[in-house]
Amino acid sequence: MAAPAIKSRIPAKAKKGEIIEIKAQITHDMETGQRKDAAGKTIPRRIINKFVCTWNNDVIVSSDWHTAMSANPFVTCYALATDSGKIKLTFHDDSGEVYEQVTDITVE
Amino acid sequence: MANKVQGWSRRDVLAVAGAGAVAVAAPRTARATPQEADDLVKKLVGGAAAKEGKVQLKLKDVAESGAAEAVAVAVDSPMTAADHVKAIHVVAEGNPAPGVSSWFLTPRSGKAEVAFRMRLAKTQVVRAYAVMSDGSVWTAKQEIKVTTGGCGG
Repeated sequence: MAAPAIKSRIPAKAKKGEIIEIKAQITHDMETGQRKDAAGKTIPRRIINKFVCTWNNDVIVSSDWHTAMSANPFVTCYALATDSGKIKLTFHDDSGEVYEQVTDITVE
Repeated sequence: MANKVQGWSRRDVLAVAGAGAVAVAAPRTARATPQEADDLVKKLVGGAAAKEGKVQLKLKDVAESGAAEAVAVAVDSPMTAADHVKAIHVVAEGNPAPGVSSWFLTPRSGKAEVAFRMRLAKTQVVRAYAVMSDGSVWTAKQEIKVTTGGCGG
C-alpha cells in the first residue's frame, strides 16, 4: 500500500459562531482481513481504526472505525467556528502509525 | 446458505469473534445477524431502549456500490452544552461484522451530522443510533438492496 495521503476541504475563513463543513479523505486500502491473495493466503486486516478532528487541540469529533468503512475513506463532519488557529485531522492505523494533516483557519 | 464454513459452525465463528466485536479471526465471511447487531448496540449505547425519531439516516434504497456506498446520519439537536448528541453509532445487520463506525461529538461539533462511505456485503438493514447528553437513545433504520457485495469475499 502506498503511503497514505490526506486531502481535505476546510474553509480558510469563517465567522465566529458559524458551522463549517470539514471533508477529508485518506488513501488507504482499509484491508478487512477477509480477502485472500492469489496463493489463497488470507491478507491480514489493516484499517484506519480511529479518526479525530481537533481545533486548537480541542477535540471536535472523534470516531471509531471498523472494517465496514470503505477503502480510501471519505468523510464529512462539522465544527463550530470559535477562534482562529489550527484544525488537525488525525488517522490512526491498525499498524500503530498515525497520519495527520494540519490546516490553518481564520475566524473573524 | 450452509451453516458449516470450512469445518467451523456459525456458533464457533461467533464464539471466536466475540459478542459483536469485529470478526478479526473469522476464516470466511460469516455474516452478522440482527441479534449480533442488537448485542453490539447494547454494548455501545447501554441498556436504554432506543426510540424511533430525531435520527435521519440518509441511505439509498438500492446501493450503487457494495464497496463504497454513501451514508449520512443527521440528528435533530441544538448541540448546546445542555442538550447535544454525544455519539452516533452505525450498525449493519448483514455484514461480516455489525459495527460500522461510532462518532463521538461535542457541542463544538456545531451540527450533529456525519457522512462517510461503507461496505455492504449484501442486501440488509443498516441502523443508526444517537445517544443524547440526557442519556436518551434515538434510532432510525433502513434496508438497502445490494447486487454486488463489497467485502471482497
